[in-house]
Amino acid sequence: MQIDFRLPSLGADMEHATLAQWLKNPGDPVHRGEAIAVVETDKGLIDIESYEDAMVTELVVAPGARIAVGTVMARLSAERAAGAPAREAAAAAAPPQPLPSAAGPLAPAPKPPAPLAAPAGAAPRRARLSPAARRRAHELGISPEALEQRIAGKILHVEDVERLAAEAKARPSGVAVAPDARSAMRAVIGSAMARAKREIPHYYLGHAFDFGAVRDWLVRHNATLPVSERLIEGLLVVKAVALAAARIEGFNGYFRDGHFARSTAIHVGTAIAMRGGGLVAPALLDADRKDLKTLMLEFSDLVTRVRTGHMRLSEFMTATITVTSLGEDGVETIYPIINPPQVAIVGTGCVRERPWVHAGSMAARPVLNLTLAADHRVTDGRTGSRFLKTIAELLAAPEKL
Amino acid sequence: MEAQDIRTRLIALLTTIAPDIDPATLDPVQDVRDQVDFDSMDRLHFAMAISEEFDIDIPEHDYPRLGALQKACEYVQAKLSAGGSSSATGA
Repeated sequence: MQIDFRLPSLGADMEHATLAQWLKNPGDPVHRGEAIAVVETDKGLIDIESYEDAMVTELVVAPGARIAVGTVMARLSAERAAGAPAREAAAAAAPPQPLPSAAGPLAPAPKPPAPLAAPAGAAPRRARLSPAARRRAHELGISPEALEQRIAGKILHVEDVERLAAEAKARPSGVAVAPDARSAMRAVIGSAMARAKREIPHYYLGHAFDFGAVRDWLVRHNATLPVSERLIEGLLVVKAVALAAARIEGFNGYFRDGHFARSTAIHVGTAIAMRGGGLVAPALLDADRKDLKTLMLEFSDLVTRVRTGHMRLSEFMTATITVTSLGEDGVETIYPIINPPQVAIVGTGCVRERPWVHAGSMAARPVLNLTLAADHRVTDGRTGSRFLKTIAELLAAPEKL
Repeated sequence: MEAQDIRTRLIALLTTIAPDIDPATLDPVQDVRDQVDFDSMDRLHFAMAISEEFDIDIPEHDYPRLGALQKACEYVQAKLSAGGSSSATGA
């Protein structure tokens, strides 16, 4: 069976992307959830994964091409997926190559792209950068267009990009175009949030509670662990939100086409600031079902990739509820805006010492202000209140998270 | 280990986490987060990277001592001269 591999939706108000690199060649088997391609979007580079177990039969679009959501990027064959993948169908098109390691899209073996004979998609009229060079340019905050204007008709490699970047640095009016990416990001955030404010009847609730249980438990827990395995407060909040969302319905899922569809899977989006400005909220998948250690490793990996500009589409698009935090440098209360089509977002302020009644007398206690913005088309304040209180109760017994 | 060597390695770790940092403009006595975009997760990753790079254990309550480059440098040096490998109890 022939499967069209299309550019999936990239989220609110992002209708185009530029193909940066193929991670597979014709003849390669691809597993469900495995990355096939890297695209460049207003939110940085994103790995696009396959929804099927299949074999790549044809790469339709060439790297460099700007394509719309829904465009057929490649063709896959489902028959080849089961058992040992046969390669003869595409053997003429591409010599067999070793499979990329199972390490996943984090470590794609940098291999030369397969030569594309007359791609059916738009011809790559933009900068002719090698995939590695494109990635490097992205890391350096240089737009491919700016490079193309300077070096027309020549294929640029990593060294060229670095040389041009160095030249640009020496000459202030040169290539550096990071503000472009920043304003594109602002536009994306702006239109998603405008849509949220326009369409979603938000209601807001807040709950302040003694965060001492989490603090005390974490100090004890972390004291026994090496730096790399220590947990952070925000992660416990994420887990508590996931567990509360599993217990109380109406906060986990999407509002689409006039009705709410709850999601059984709980993927918690975590708002992460991008370097140089902007914000994304990639998801910790199945956060309710993973232990804290696993979640911490995944969260750490997620933050690193966001902060260095490399996300996967599945975590970027699949959040069913979001948690946002201003971090320990922030203020004590945040009033968040729902990220459509989700229906709830939980905010955590900075934990501060406050005068607080504790065990019958006044004491200085660490206090967390938890806030909720939820969709009134789905729930009311009463349910929202139960939801927030459940999160607080779960955090009162951190050892059970 | 020479202070200059520690410093060079710390700067390398810092710029891996935050590639936009220009070491030339970094004030070594001021907290890094007051100078560049360096959030709490970056600070955590910095502590993790230092621990791994120098094979020293860094208790959580010492994280604030890694805020400024100069202080971080002194901290690592003190840890190393105390024989603070990860197997030792450290501070």
